[in-house]
Amino acid sequence: ARSQNTLGKGLLNLLSRDRLDEDTWEEIEELLLTADVGVQPTQELVEALRTRVKVLGTRSPDELRGLLREELVALIDPTLDRTLNTAKHADEDPARPAVLLVVGVNGVGKTTTSGKLARVLVADGRKVVLGAADTFRAAAADQLQTWGERVGARTVRGPEGGDPASVAFDAVKEGIAEGADTVLVDTAGRLHTKTGLMDELGKVKRVVEKHGPVDEVLLVLDATTGQNGLVQAKVFAEVVDITGIVLTKLDGTAKGGIVISVQRQLGVPVKLIGLGEGADDLAPFEPEAFVDALLD
Amino acid sequence: MFDTLSDRLAATFKNLRGKGRLSEADIDATTREIRIALLEADVALPAVRAFISRVKERALGAEVSAALNPAQQVIKIVNEELISILGGETRRLRFAKNGPTVIMLAGLQGAGKTTLAGKLAKWLKDQKHTPLLVACDLQRPNAVTQLGVMAERAGVAIFAPEPGNGVGDPVKVAKDSIEFAKSKLYDVVIVDTAGRLGIDAEMMQQAADIRAAVEPDEVLFVVDAMIGQDAVTTAQAFLEGVDFTGVVLSKLDGDARGGAALSVAHVTGRQIMFASNGEKLDDFDAFHPDRMASRILGMGDVLSLIEQA
Ligand SMILES: Nc1nc2c(ncn2[C@@H]2O[C@H](COP(=O)(O)OP(=O)(O)OP(=O)(O)O)[C@@H](O)[C@H]2O)c(=O)[nH]1
Ligand SMILES: Nc1nc2c(ncn2[C@@H]2O[C@H](COP(=O)(O)OP(=O)(O)OP(=O)(O)O)[C@@H](O)[C@H]2O)c(=O)[nH]1
Ligand SMILES: [Mg+2]
Ligand SMILES: [Mg+2]
Repeated sequence: ARSQNTLGKGLLNLLSRDRLDEDTWEEIEELLLTADVGVQPTQELVEALRTRVKVLGTRSPDELRGLLREELVALIDPTLDRTLNTAKHADEDPARPAVLLVVGVNGVGKTTTSGKLARVLVADGRKVVLGAADTFRAAAADQLQTWGERVGARTVRGPEGGDPASVAFDAVKEGIAEGADTVLVDTAGRLHTKTGLMDELGKVKRVVEKHGPVDEVLLVLDATTGQNGLVQAKVFAEVVDITGIVLTKLDGTAKGGIVISVQRQLGVPVKLIGLGEGADDLAPFEPEAFVDALLD
Repeated sequence: MFDTLSDRLAATFKNLRGKGRLSEADIDATTREIRIALLEADVALPAVRAFISRVKERALGAEVSAALNPAQQVIKIVNEELISILGGETRRLRFAKNGPTVIMLAGLQGAGKTTLAGKLAKWLKDQKHTPLLVACDLQRPNAVTQLGVMAERAGVAIFAPEPGNGVGDPVKVAKDSIEFAKSKLYDVVIVDTAGRLGIDAEMMQQAADIRAAVEPDEVLFVVDAMIGQDAVTTAQAFLEGVDFTGVVLSKLDGDARGGAALSVAHVTGRQIMFASNGEKLDDFDAFHPDRMASRILGMGDVLSLIEQA
């Protein structure tokens, strides 16, 4: 009877290990790949997991998923400071509003994010000025202004096709004059490969800094973006030194896994997420909730 | 990352050099690298799988050619399969026999629909058509104004009876635009619609209703070349929702490898018709499957590798 028992146990072990080895590992790899985590980070994660599984003697797919969740949360690092600097510099004379610059490639949700963020701040009793430094795209300033009217923030705009840096400069200047708490500068979408447009963005920042340092440079990334997101983030970081990431369109089916690499390689935290087209569809980034949605 | 990738592929191909016949192991080693290359180019996993199995099948069954060595043969197969999935020869726009030709645009938020509307209008106008732009995005703030600017820049007419920003019924605007176009003798109607998510049932129904109202000759699905794995889910949702007839790949002026092209073609079988490659009205071109194949693999010109092999 004893030998039968041992045999039974061995078989059981073998069966459960088989399941972990074959299907479950493949499933995990697929899950990460289809979430846009990327080939290399996926391979690294799977390797790290294999080691831990060996050490811990993990058997069940459920436990393995638990470990994966742990690894992902650790990668995204819940301890990172994700606060957004939006408070007025009251100690300066004259008091100077916090200045936020919103940047990113075309169509990712910069203008919408600016509107939503203004909404949050206004609801918190702050005075917000919007700067329409997208003087290029058709009706971009109108779009921002509509958002401003919707949420109760004034929009400073310049002539269509005018110099975006001077609009941004003026927005901050008027923000100071009006005693605003925060100035949000919305910039034109630009692909990171267009050096002329990237130089222009650098200039926008430098010109705004004549009033004092910029408090936040937010890079907006669309959750549907694949591996190109990393290149985008690197180039924008080089040009304007981004301080935070906004991950938009997480209300769709895309998981936004590219931000894992972005955060890790640039050390810049995701601070906010976009969850829709409405004024209230902006939320703080929560690593655990993000990972849960990714594994879902 | 991309350079080492093509290096890796080239290295694999080099290992195959000089062999008289492809072994299964050779093919496995090669397709493993190709799989990684495709994933890094954002080709969606289901499309990668299908592609790899087709390549394997053909490579195994391939006659040993006198002109090409085995490595060259694999590359040739990969390239041919890519081009064939991406659509072979480019298809032209279908025009209506009677009455105005109707082209409807659909896609995710920010994909490039409104910009494309302007580009198409200009392109058609240059071919002596008289296009009419129709503003059916009554949702996104100032989408109507944006289309108005596009119309002005393209020098074409616009039908925009509703102000938008949440006011007006897009299905009714779509329907009325056809009567308007007929009465004013516009021969092509281009319907710009709001961006929507594949899982937004209500908005997908609205898109289906617009489609039913205008009975388009072409429904073009506009997809951002930077999109990742979600391309498959989204393309499937739009295929079910509006049964698009063609695809436009936008923002190809960036450095995204554009694997979405393969994903979308794979799941829908619809042909990619145009490439949108810039923010200006003339940044617009027919889609070239051969160029896209090279771009996805990131090897400049895949065929030049055959010569090196
Ligand atoms: N579903 C969803 N749509 C969003 C979200 N954020 C923005 N959008 C939509 O995405 C589209 C583009 O948003 P914009 O704010 O105009 O993007 P942008 O980055 O300012 O675009 P450009 O200035 O043209 O580069 C619009 O249709 C928005 O309504 C989000 O979190 N979820
Ligand atoms: N670089 C580049 N930018 C493009 C291209 N096509 C569109 N854009 C830009 O992408 C952004 C979004 O384009 P839209 O035409 O407004 O996109 P849409 O699909 O109409 O967006 P929604 O109506 O909000 O869903 C704008 O900044 C455009 O200028 C392209 O081919 N290349
Ligand atoms: Mg904008
Ligand atoms: Mg639009």
